[in-house]
Amino acid sequence: MFDTLSNRLQDTFRSIRGETRLTETSVETALREIRLALVEADVNVQVVKAFVDRVRDRAMDQAVLKSLTPSQQVVKIVRDELLALFGDATGGLVETTARPRVILMLGLQGSGKTTTTGKLARWLKKQGRHPLVVSTDVRRPAAIQQLAVVAGQAGVRVHDPAGEMDPVARTRGALQEAKNVGADVVIVDTAGRLHIDDELMVELLAIRDVAGPSDLLYVADAMTGQDAIKSAGEFHRQIGVTGVVLSKIDGDARGGAALSVVSVVGVPIAFVGAGERLEDLEAFHADRFVSRMLGMGDVLSLIEKAEEAIDEGEAARLEEKLRRNAFSLGDFRDQLRTIRKMGPLEHVLKLLPGMGQMKDLAANKPDEKSLGRIEAIINAMTPEEREHAEIIDGSRRKRVARGSGTSVEDVNRLLKQYAEMRKMLKMVGQMTGQPVGPGPKKKKRKGPFSLMR
Amino acid sequence: MGFFDRLKEGLSRTAQQIVGRFDEIVERADAPADRTRAVDVETLDALEELLIGADVGVAATDAIVDAVGTRQRKGESLRALVTEEILRIFESAAPVPPPVDPPRVVLVVGVNGTGKTTTVGKLANQFTREGRSVLVCAADTFRAAAVDQLQVWADRAGVDLVRAREGADPAAVVFDAMAAAKTRGRDLVLVDTAGRLHTRVNLMNELDKIRRVAAREVPGAPHEVLLVLDATVGQNGVAQAREFTSVAGVTGIVLTKLDGTAKGGVAVAIAHDLKLPIQYVGVGEGIDDLLPFSPRDYVDALFQVKW
Repeated sequence: MFDTLSNRLQDTFRSIRGETRLTETSVETALREIRLALVEADVNVQVVKAFVDRVRDRAMDQAVLKSLTPSQQVVKIVRDELLALFGDATGGLVETTARPRVILMLGLQGSGKTTTTGKLARWLKKQGRHPLVVSTDVRRPAAIQQLAVVAGQAGVRVHDPAGEMDPVARTRGALQEAKNVGADVVIVDTAGRLHIDDELMVELLAIRDVAGPSDLLYVADAMTGQDAIKSAGEFHRQIGVTGVVLSKIDGDARGGAALSVVSVVGVPIAFVGAGERLEDLEAFHADRFVSRMLGMGDVLSLIEKAEEAIDEGEAARLEEKLRRNAFSLGDFRDQLRTIRKMGPLEHVLKLLPGMGQMKDLAANKPDEKSLGRIEAIINAMTPEEREHAEIIDGSRRKRVARGSGTSVEDVNRLLKQYAEMRKMLKMVGQMTGQPVGPGPKKKKRKGPFSLMR
Repeated sequence: MGFFDRLKEGLSRTAQQIVGRFDEIVERADAPADRTRAVDVETLDALEELLIGADVGVAATDAIVDAVGTRQRKGESLRALVTEEILRIFESAAPVPPPVDPPRVVLVVGVNGTGKTTTVGKLANQFTREGRSVLVCAADTFRAAAVDQLQVWADRAGVDLVRAREGADPAAVVFDAMAAAKTRGRDLVLVDTAGRLHTRVNLMNELDKIRRVAAREVPGAPHEVLLVLDATVGQNGVAQAREFTSVAGVTGIVLTKLDGTAKGGVAVAIAHDLKLPIQYVGVGEGIDDLLPFSPRDYVDALFQVKW
């Protein structure tokens, strides 16, 4: 998300960087670009005006204009002001002593409430909680069923009394069941509604009063336009909102709505949803988010993703192997699988610093298929071949190519890359006198990326 | 109730807000003495902010404001000028594809959560009532319970549904639907597809495959590809329209959820940038709440002109 916004800002700053001294004119040029970028990113017009004015006030300061690195100063000002817009709230859920903790999901139709409910349940389960979910959407056909399926995928309990079509009774039943089975979180999914649908708002109030939620999460589509403030504001006014979940940020929406909602409605962003898989939900971190917007990468998110995907014992074992320079094709395959577990490669790549500027590479971006092909080639080998790649001669190569549905050239390429990788690992090991592991990041640079070029 | 009333009802809250501000602007610019002068800069600025705030987008807004600003006025009101410019944009869009020999195949596409399944349900009902024999194809085999949701709509409209189990290849379901439509002699096949973000290359390629399968079974299919857009969407709607057009050959837009406060101004941006016509608008959750789009009524309702 914010890709295009970040590209534009980067272009702007690149042009500023060329100048040794900023002038008032060049600052104005940059500000105009920023204003346009923000408007096209769907940020509310008033918010844009206020933002640009604040940046101008600070950028026109003589100290900034005369400093030796004025353009960096401007970048810093923009970054500071963006951060200030998001406030100092940290993402995720705030601690509460309420048991069960009740989370009420709110939002317009199609914003992604039910999917987010499933993702959140999975997220909580990962945190060691025992969530129970309930759908009170008796309106949309098959909504209750959808939540049941999603909950099944997340492996969490769902309260679904057949035939009970009263939202309030379903909520009450869920709370009772949570007490009975010892679930410590209840997530109540609600019917999507327009903020001007009075009848449904009354129903929502009734659900809220029965549920007594400590968290009221408003699910907002990152693609929303200027209307975002009105709908979020109305939910906040009528029901009360404690946090926003920004959904569908994996598209190319610039997500300016997020800026508007946070700064005008005054509700912090708790989570962001960036994909269709249940694990694609992350706690919101303003500093990382802003860094990503400005193309500074998002290394922290990457490390977190890696930690989630990697098993500690596995990492230790690998480190040992690297130390002995016994990194086999089998280990290589395990590494590939780990990386793929971190999510689609595109997402992972986006988090790397500098990748923001390499958007033009999109045409020859690493393709998920080539990873699959590499895995297939390794799968087609015998265990012995995986441990001792040097025994793979011409006839074995032919067999492996046939077995994996690839060509001998593909197999050759893989073996060559593997040999080079080992050589490099050995060198690095000697150079530093340190084991190369256990970093999954190391593997990524030396491994599949170079294979996919 | 005609198009206008229904739309006006749906748009009423929207209209109240936009019209309130528009009236202020108009009042300033339309004093009889001013009607023969060019519109002043202050008014143009206010108009620009209003259009941007309605999601009309920078390019289309610039075009409208420029056109209004450079016009030599001969007593026309500002409202008439703006209406004329927006209509000009809608009229520049491509025409709706002509009718063909049955079965006519209509593919319904869009990003997640815009209301594709609901739109297919409403369309099925509408065409059935017009006396067409309709077959609905559930090619959203991805989202949990999407097929069940469509089944409910199909039952309401009283039409047949071709479905497969969840996770099946959508192109295979489309193949079955084409065969069923031919053997059962249906006029119209409505294909509901899974929501997909336009940036997901592999999912977009799946649409291409669906197209190819349809074309192989029925000549010229899909005859129409409708992109369903949520009226609350911002400028990303243009990106969606562009991508879906390049991969799936979109022929028209369905603008849903116009019954909120959102203005769906991105429709103007899309007509301006991509020349895609708006074909239907969704104004509520009932099965009848889908209306053919009429540009003049849309603009009139937006500015709530008295008839």
